[in-house]
Amino acid sequence: MVNISNLEKILSENKFAVTAEIGPPKGSNPNKIKTKADFLRGYADAFNVTDNQTAVVRLSSWGGCFILLEMKLEPIMQITCRDKNRIALQSDVLGATANGIKNILFITGDHQSFGNHPGAKGVYDLDSIQLIQVVNDMSGQGIFQNGEKIIAGKPEVFIGAAANPFSDPFDFTIDRLEKKINAGADFIQTQSVFNLDKFNLWMDEIRSRGLDTKIHILAGITPLKSVKMAERMKFFVPGVDIPDNIYDRIKNSSNPQNEGYNISLELINEVKKIKGVHGLHITALFWEDIIPDLVKESGLFPRP
Amino acid sequence: MIITKQKEFSSLIKSISEGPIFIIGCNECATLCHTGGEEEVLSMKKTLEEKNIKVTGWVILEPACNLQKDKLLLRNHKDNIGKAKKILVLACGNGAQTVGEIIGDIDVIPGCDTLFLGEVKHANDFEKRCALCGECIQDIFDSFCPVARCPKSMLNGPCGGVKNGKCEISSDIDCIWDIIYKDLKKKGQLYRLKEIQKPKDWSKSIQTRRTI
Repeated sequence: MVNISNLEKILSENKFAVTAEIGPPKGSNPNKIKTKADFLRGYADAFNVTDNQTAVVRLSSWGGCFILLEMKLEPIMQITCRDKNRIALQSDVLGATANGIKNILFITGDHQSFGNHPGAKGVYDLDSIQLIQVVNDMSGQGIFQNGEKIIAGKPEVFIGAAANPFSDPFDFTIDRLEKKINAGADFIQTQSVFNLDKFNLWMDEIRSRGLDTKIHILAGITPLKSVKMAERMKFFVPGVDIPDNIYDRIKNSSNPQNEGYNISLELINEVKKIKGVHGLHITALFWEDIIPDLVKESGLFPRP
Repeated sequence: MIITKQKEFSSLIKSISEGPIFIIGCNECATLCHTGGEEEVLSMKKTLEEKNIKVTGWVILEPACNLQKDKLLLRNHKDNIGKAKKILVLACGNGAQTVGEIIGDIDVIPGCDTLFLGEVKHANDFEKRCALCGECIQDIFDSFCPVARCPKSMLNGPCGGVKNGKCEISSDIDCIWDIIYKDLKKKGQLYRLKEIQKPKDWSKSIQTRRTI
C-alpha cells in the first residue's frame, strides 16, 4: 500500500510520531513561518498550521501549508467549521490536496466570541464529525456531501481530528472520539496534557473499548513558558486542564521557564509509556524554538 | 414567545431626536417580557415627556404582528398618529414592520431589540428554545434542541470547551449537550447519541411565506 503521507507512514509502521504546531503570523510576511519551520526542520514528522486559532485572524492555514511545501516540509492543514459552509469546506479540501497537502485536521473551532472579531457571524454549517464524514466520503466513495460524484479526481486525505480528554461529560468525550473514528478519522491530536491522572483514565477507557487499535492517538504537549501563560491557560483558555500542582510549580519557581520545560519533559516521558499513545503533538505557543530541545532530550531525535 | 429587550434610552433618543411621538405596544410577547405592554408604554410616554418630547397618543395592538387587526385598531387613532412625526414601536421586529407597512408616511422606530424565540422560565426569566430552522429534529435529542441552544449548533455532541456543564462562551449558559447527555443517561438511552447525525438541511430555514 502506498502511504498518503509521511505522517501516515510513520504511524502505520507503529513508530512513535511527533507533530509540531507552527502558529501563523498576524500578517502576510512569509518569513515568520519560514524562520520557525527552518528551526524545527528534522524535529517533527509533520507540522500543523492552525486555522485562525481562538478566532483571531492570522495568515490562513492553507497559505502557511504552501510555504511549508515549498520548503519540502510536510504540513498538516487545519480546517475549522466556524468560518466556512460545506461548499467552501469541500472546495478547500480539493484545492489543498491538488497542491500536495496530504494531512488535514478538521475541528469545529473556538467560538468567534473569543477572538478579535467577536461581532463576526459564525457559520457552523457542519460540525467536525459531519465534516470528517463528508471528507471521508469524498476520498473513499468519491462523492460530495450532496451525493454527486466527484468527476475530476478524488482527494486523498489522511484525516485528523481533535479530542479533549479533559472536557465534560468524561464518558461522552470517548463516545465522541468513537464517532470521529466511525466518521473516518485516521489520527487524533489531543488537547494539551497537564492532568496526567485524568489522561490515564481516559486512555484506560480508550483501550478498554479497543479504540487505540482503530485510530492513532497523538498526545498534546504544551510547554508553559511563564507564570502569565500558565495563568492564562489555566483560567481563560476553554478546554484546558492545568492541575494546581503543576500551576504551583510554575508559580513558585525562581525560573518558571525552566520549570515549564522540565514539566513538559516529565509529561512526555510519562505519556510515552502509556499504551495506545502513538505519538506526540507539541504545541509550543510563542515558544516554538524550545521544541528541538524537548524532542532531543526525550529521546525522540532523530526522526525516522 | 418572542423575547425582546428595550433599547437603551440613550440610543433610542438619538433615533427619535425630536417629537411629537406616537407610541405603539403589543399585548402579547412584549407585554409578557415587559418591553411593550401598557405599563412600559405609559412609562415610555412619561420619560419622553420629561425630556420635553410631546407624545400625541398611544395604543396597545392585539397583537402587533397581526396586519388586519392592526389596521382596524390603528384606524381609531388616525388623528393622533397623523399629528406625530415618528412612531415608536415597543414590540418585536415583526411588530415594528407590520406597523410600518400600515403607516407608510411616518418614520417608524423600533424601540426593542428582538433576541430569540424562547420560554418563560419564571417571571422575568427567559431562555432561548428555538432557532426557527424550518425542520424540527428535537425528537432525536429527547426534546432538547442543540440547533438553538448550542452556540455552534453541534449535532453530534459537545465541543471540547464544555466545563462543569457550562458553555465555553459563557458560564451563564448551560451546555445543552451536558443536559441531553445526563437526561438520556438517566433514561438508560445513551445509545441514541451513538449514531452520526448527518449535515442538516438548512434550506428549510429560508422560507419566507406560508399560505394555507
